[in-house]
Amino acid sequence: MYSDRVLMQVRNLTVDYVGDHSVARAVNGIDFDIREGEAFGLAGESGCGKSTVAFALARLTRLPGLVSGGEVRLNGEDVLKFDKARLKAYRWNEVSFVFQSAMNALNPVIPVSEQIMDVIETHQPDLGAEGARKRAVELFDLVGIPSKRLDDYPHQFSGGMRQRICIAIALALQPRLIIMDEPTTALDVVVQRDIIEQIVELKGRLGFSVLFITHDLGLMIEFCDRIGVMYSGELVEVAPAETILTDPRHPYTRALGNSFPPLTGPRLRMEGIPGTPPDLRALPQGCRFAPRCPHAMDICRSVAPELRAYPELRSEAACHLLN
Amino acid sequence: MADVTHTPSMTLLDRLDEAAIASAAPSQTELMRELRIKGRPGWTSNLPPSLAAFVTNPKGMTGVIVLLGLILFSLLGPVFSEYNPQRRAGKPHVAPSYEHVMGTTRMGKDVYTQLAYGSRTSLAVGFGAGLAAALIGLAVGISAGYFGGRIDDVLTFLVNVVLVLPGLPLIIVIASLVDSAGPLVIGIVLALTGWGWSARTIRTQTMSLRTREFILAAELMGERKWRIILKEIFPNMLSFFMGGLVLGTISAILAEAALSFIGLGDPNAVTWGTMLYWAQNNMALQVGAWWEIWPPAIAIMLTGAALVMINFAVDEITNPQLKASRKIGRIRRFLARRGRSADVF
Repeated sequence: MYSDRVLMQVRNLTVDYVGDHSVARAVNGIDFDIREGEAFGLAGESGCGKSTVAFALARLTRLPGLVSGGEVRLNGEDVLKFDKARLKAYRWNEVSFVFQSAMNALNPVIPVSEQIMDVIETHQPDLGAEGARKRAVELFDLVGIPSKRLDDYPHQFSGGMRQRICIAIALALQPRLIIMDEPTTALDVVVQRDIIEQIVELKGRLGFSVLFITHDLGLMIEFCDRIGVMYSGELVEVAPAETILTDPRHPYTRALGNSFPPLTGPRLRMEGIPGTPPDLRALPQGCRFAPRCPHAMDICRSVAPELRAYPELRSEAACHLLN
Repeated sequence: MADVTHTPSMTLLDRLDEAAIASAAPSQTELMRELRIKGRPGWTSNLPPSLAAFVTNPKGMTGVIVLLGLILFSLLGPVFSEYNPQRRAGKPHVAPSYEHVMGTTRMGKDVYTQLAYGSRTSLAVGFGAGLAAALIGLAVGISAGYFGGRIDDVLTFLVNVVLVLPGLPLIIVIASLVDSAGPLVIGIVLALTGWGWSARTIRTQTMSLRTREFILAAELMGERKWRIILKEIFPNMLSFFMGGLVLGTISAILAEAALSFIGLGDPNAVTWGTMLYWAQNNMALQVGAWWEIWPPAIAIMLTGAALVMINFAVDEITNPQLKASRKIGRIRRFLARRGRSADVF
């Protein structure tokens, strides 16, 4: 399904939120690669930094957020060094974004056709209005909405259709990477399934990569090729989706997996993970998961583990237990 | 770094090239030092968060201190003077000296005494009119926005009338009718004409709040209307109310000074405005009596500046993005030093 060629390299990415009297480190030096044609997932509980990473990759971080370190390389070019002009070409031509709430992403008083054509005309002015409209029709076909509805207003579509329109807009310029920040969270499971299947199909046909963010681990394991599990701003494990499901290395991944009930088998009391994530302004020394970890050892409380590769499982994990 | 050699598996450092190591982020403490972010002072830990945010805001506290100083001066200042602000106290246009700290006017009245007594009237008119205008604006705005329908129609009509009624010309007309408008009349007119904008902003805010779920929930629980207005809506309007209060006070103080300055106030009252009026009338600047004109002018400027600073602070506290943008210069330099772009759009 995907090649081994790396499309986007994220190295040591650090994002801080600058407060009046403190700095909260929302993302702490994380590393991962997104390969060409791959769906890479970021999983983790609320507030662990998933969306912050997504925004940093698209250079959408705004004050009080600050990307304070690291590199984001697209084919060797550092995205964090792009100036205004390069940034404009980078966004949407190379990387596009699907936001969580499609209702808010579309302007309620402008026909959908105009909103799609806007994107095309801004980035490919030589296409002209007619060319842009033709492309909009193609895009509607692509996401399975009848093209006669092109000139309708957003409120005339259902939530699922609106999310599809957002995906169509994200596809408009055939970007190499689409960042999807909880694209189906606001939808019911049936529509969610439809849309995910459609994205898988389009991805196979058009060959783009996806950075997929959700807190629904089940959905993610089904859709993604590789998954990075984040905890408190750090990647604790990166592994192929099936490994995350069948053989999780990190205690946090295991605990996360145990929080979802299996469809078959006896009914069990769900475990959950006791405790809460640490305060990002005053982080514990050592492993950030140690205070909630059932297997925590002395070393966990003093030395922070590094993400190490375990080639036999094609996975990486940051845990002292594994050494 | 040392333990890399001990383990057979690949570590992070193997995959990091030099450039990535060079671009590593500073630690949180280093970043705080570079952006000059100071930790929260210990003594503020017992205060409620919004108050703690205010007392650690340099702009806001400067404003409060200056304003408190002015109020204290208006209360205690007259005590230190043995003169009557209305009576001749010495020779005309005496330069500042031991007997007359700020000199005397053309009429021989003591400038310090006038400034001290005048600040009472000026500040009272300003704060009185500002507070009254903010309260009227709040009441009208919330009622119009919350009740809607016929009540909204009537109140919006009133707001529009007040908005097109210019305060100064109205006072000029009134002043010409009552012979000479004293500070009380000026204050009342300013209060009655100054609440339009704050009523309008609060009305729109209330209208958007009214449809939110927490108001709906309160209504379904059977809370009484006045309770919904006071307990549910009013706290959301606090920043608008503060803004209206501060801006209303500034404009009232300035309008009072302006009216007195152009000679429409009561010439026998002692306010900062009438002091300026007499100074201008007696050509204080032309004859070189700077001490007659500067004290009231500086007092008006200080009051305005202090109130604006408080307004800035309230803005910053209610809008975190604005708060962080105070550091924008340092953040740009931080990024530039590392060869990164600060462009967002």
